[in-house]
Amino acid sequence: MAQQGKAKSLKDLNEIRSLIKKHKKNDFLFAATGMFVIASLTITLIILFLDLIIDGYPKFNLDFFSNYPSRRAARAGILSAWIGSSLVLLVTFFVAVPLGIAAGVYLEEYAKKNWFADLIEINVSNLAGVPSIIYGLLALGLFVYTFDLGQSILTAGLTLALLMLPIVIVSTREAIRAIPIHIREAAFAVGATRWHVVLHHVIPYAYGGILTGVIIGMARAIGETAPVITIGALTFIAFLPPSPIMPEVPFINFEWLDSGFTVLPIQMFNWISRPQHAFHINAAATGAVIIILTALMNGAAIKLRYNVRKKIKW
Amino acid sequence: MVASKKKRFNDTIKAESKDLDFYYADGTQALKKVNLAVYENKITALIGPSGCGKSTFLRSFNRMHDLYPGNRYDGQIILYPDNTNILAKKVDPIEVRMRISMVFQKPNPFPKSIYENVAYGLRVRGERNKHTLDDKVEEALKGASLWEEVKDRLYDLAFNLSGGQQQRLCIARALATEPEIMLFDEPTSALDPIATVNIEELMSELKEKLSILIVTHNMQQAARISDYTAYMYLGELVEHDLTDQIFTNPSKKETEDYITGKFG
Amino acid sequence: MQDLVISPGLAKNFRRNFVEQIIEVGLLLSAVVAVFITSAIVYILVVEAIPFFQHVSLYDFLTDTVWTPNYSIKHYGIMALVSGTLTTTIIALIVAVPLGTITAIYLSEFASHKTRETIKPILELLVGVPTVVFGYFALMLVTPLIQKIYPDLTTFNMLGPGIVMGIMIVPYIASVSEDAMRAVPMAMREGAYAMGATRFQTAIRVIAPAATSGIVASYILAVSRAVGETMIVAIAAGQQPNFTFNPVESAATITAYIVSVALGDLEHGTVGYQSIFAAGLTLLIMTLFLNILGHWTRKKFSERY
Repeated sequence: MAQQGKAKSLKDLNEIRSLIKKHKKNDFLFAATGMFVIASLTITLIILFLDLIIDGYPKFNLDFFSNYPSRRAARAGILSAWIGSSLVLLVTFFVAVPLGIAAGVYLEEYAKKNWFADLIEINVSNLAGVPSIIYGLLALGLFVYTFDLGQSILTAGLTLALLMLPIVIVSTREAIRAIPIHIREAAFAVGATRWHVVLHHVIPYAYGGILTGVIIGMARAIGETAPVITIGALTFIAFLPPSPIMPEVPFINFEWLDSGFTVLPIQMFNWISRPQHAFHINAAATGAVIIILTALMNGAAIKLRYNVRKKIKW
Repeated sequence: MVASKKKRFNDTIKAESKDLDFYYADGTQALKKVNLAVYENKITALIGPSGCGKSTFLRSFNRMHDLYPGNRYDGQIILYPDNTNILAKKVDPIEVRMRISMVFQKPNPFPKSIYENVAYGLRVRGERNKHTLDDKVEEALKGASLWEEVKDRLYDLAFNLSGGQQQRLCIARALATEPEIMLFDEPTSALDPIATVNIEELMSELKEKLSILIVTHNMQQAARISDYTAYMYLGELVEHDLTDQIFTNPSKKETEDYITGKFG
Repeated sequence: MQDLVISPGLAKNFRRNFVEQIIEVGLLLSAVVAVFITSAIVYILVVEAIPFFQHVSLYDFLTDTVWTPNYSIKHYGIMALVSGTLTTTIIALIVAVPLGTITAIYLSEFASHKTRETIKPILELLVGVPTVVFGYFALMLVTPLIQKIYPDLTTFNMLGPGIVMGIMIVPYIASVSEDAMRAVPMAMREGAYAMGATRFQTAIRVIAPAATSGIVASYILAVSRAVGETMIVAIAAGQQPNFTFNPVESAATITAYIVSVALGDLEHGTVGYQSIFAAGLTLLIMTLFLNILGHWTRKKFSERY
């Protein structure tokens, strides 16, 4: 009897051992699958970069940056597009950043817990999920036809600012929330007003986090295409907007705000849509410019956020 | 009652609460009809088990509760010689905080330079003159016995100081604006014993210039440094007397139980 | 009672309080902009779509399967566009749901801290790739690759852009699902490990079920992204409305239709112009519904832990 029992338990033990072995194999298989998936995504990202750079390689010269678009693919460049993108982003930056920081500060430092604060909160999180093309329709109806701003740099800049706003608000709020309450109390205790606390403490200490959000938002604005097409931006622009800087007093003028324009992603889209292969090379080169710009900006933002997290030790 | 205390204690009242009630935003009552005086150039210690309302009481004196919506005071805190109820609606909490400053439980310097930390209170008052600022910063750091240790690195980040030094920096920051009353909310609970001794010695020096109200968990600390001690329990003031009296011969049974460690 | 006064030194400083008030109002107005934008979106879309629905009955709009605003016999059946949107979205989900979920489980339950810190930035870079670049990728690289296996595939089709869109939304699913799984209390993992469960068993039998609503929320938000995605489909799926669910055919999505109209010169006030607002309103309602559902599911999840 005893012998039999022992044999049985040994058999059980072996069964359990093989079961464990099987389960461990599952562990290994899943980990391998996970790594494979992530490796594939990384490789896809790399292929994306390389494909654009290899396809667009023939165009990587200074002429490409200093030429207007042209009917002849070989002579076409992105001068009007990169200048247009820069000017549009200038407007976007000066509208979205102050507005977004102010809204974030209000929600974190001033708003009392009531229905009104909730309403604003719901709106901000909702706006972050609205498809970008809807912002284009809003801008078409509101800026182009209601405010009669036309298909101008101002319209495009404002449109992208609306898109960027939720990103700035959310990152501002997150950065502010990381500042401990006792720092604010210390300032209040020596007689600071709420605005003093915001200006001298909250914004300076949240600066890194806010900047991260601003960079990510700007990177997104650079590549944003659909809303700018929707407002009716022209795809073929062979002129430059009036210069914002003048040689004589008052040195700056604002005529450029009213000017027609094109931006890098629209130029790229335009070239993709042409049937001739030569234009596809231009599209790839433009895509390479866009993706390098956005990757550099996003990379900088990721690094910045990492540094901010490491530095803080309240 | 108050008048008789004044006679009994033979000191000048700097500020006193009269029938002070306090309610947090969620409706809980944290203080119940507290009548307590703070005497000029004396240290008054508040003791009691945690949650008894001693910190709430302390924070009423510079209207810290105003920072959070929904909190409510009833009763008065009268500041002398102004003879003004500092809880009155027409009183500006910021003006109150300029005269009654506070040092917190955990050292909480700003992530700025040592100099900027001390100068901050002066800056928010609009002081821009570099010489005045320099003088007052030096004076405050000397007052907080920190000058010798930091005079060569005034522009270093305050976070690089040790915990005890940081707390003395916070005292210097509070001192720079020449307050009349200084509130201490368990100022040594986050410090090591040596730093604690330094802070305690510093408080004894400071009372030459101002009045001190301190909340402490540590009964030995209250016995060592304070002139008066008040025992609070469940939002009420149980007993307030000369420290010697409280620790040698308390008049209430509850106080004795707490001090002897039978409770709390 | 003593006579109480307010000593001048302690009285309210009117100038300072006034300035503070002005600043607070300014900040409040900035925050209200968010409410204004939402209202403006709804207002503009509705106001521009109303005249459209005076021409086209809501019944026809919802049931007709032909969308031909440029032909002499005009049809405005939104289903012709919705079919394109749904087909590309479903293809995207078929790609993104398994890949995103596997990535999330791997990152949350298998990867070391260091691995996670290396992989997450890669996913963020993937999120940062502009959609016009993804569109180029779909048209110039993915579709030709599929054509090697399936030569009958047309240049414009829904399969290629659908797959690329799937790759695009993997990071969204991965990041929201991973957050959900990491929010599951450590005690549940310890409980499973203590009973001798392996990592895989713990992840599949304990963590994933516990985080279900968070994971589902990530899928819903991903659907919303795919439905609203514009440039990938506008570039690679074609801009011809076509009522079909066949992935190898070319068809316009709601978003691609709006782009195609904006590229042409339809005049302000025409039915064609108004039709993009009707299409936009449809899109907004779809995404709004999905977003609310997603946020609600996620909130329900976060209330549990």
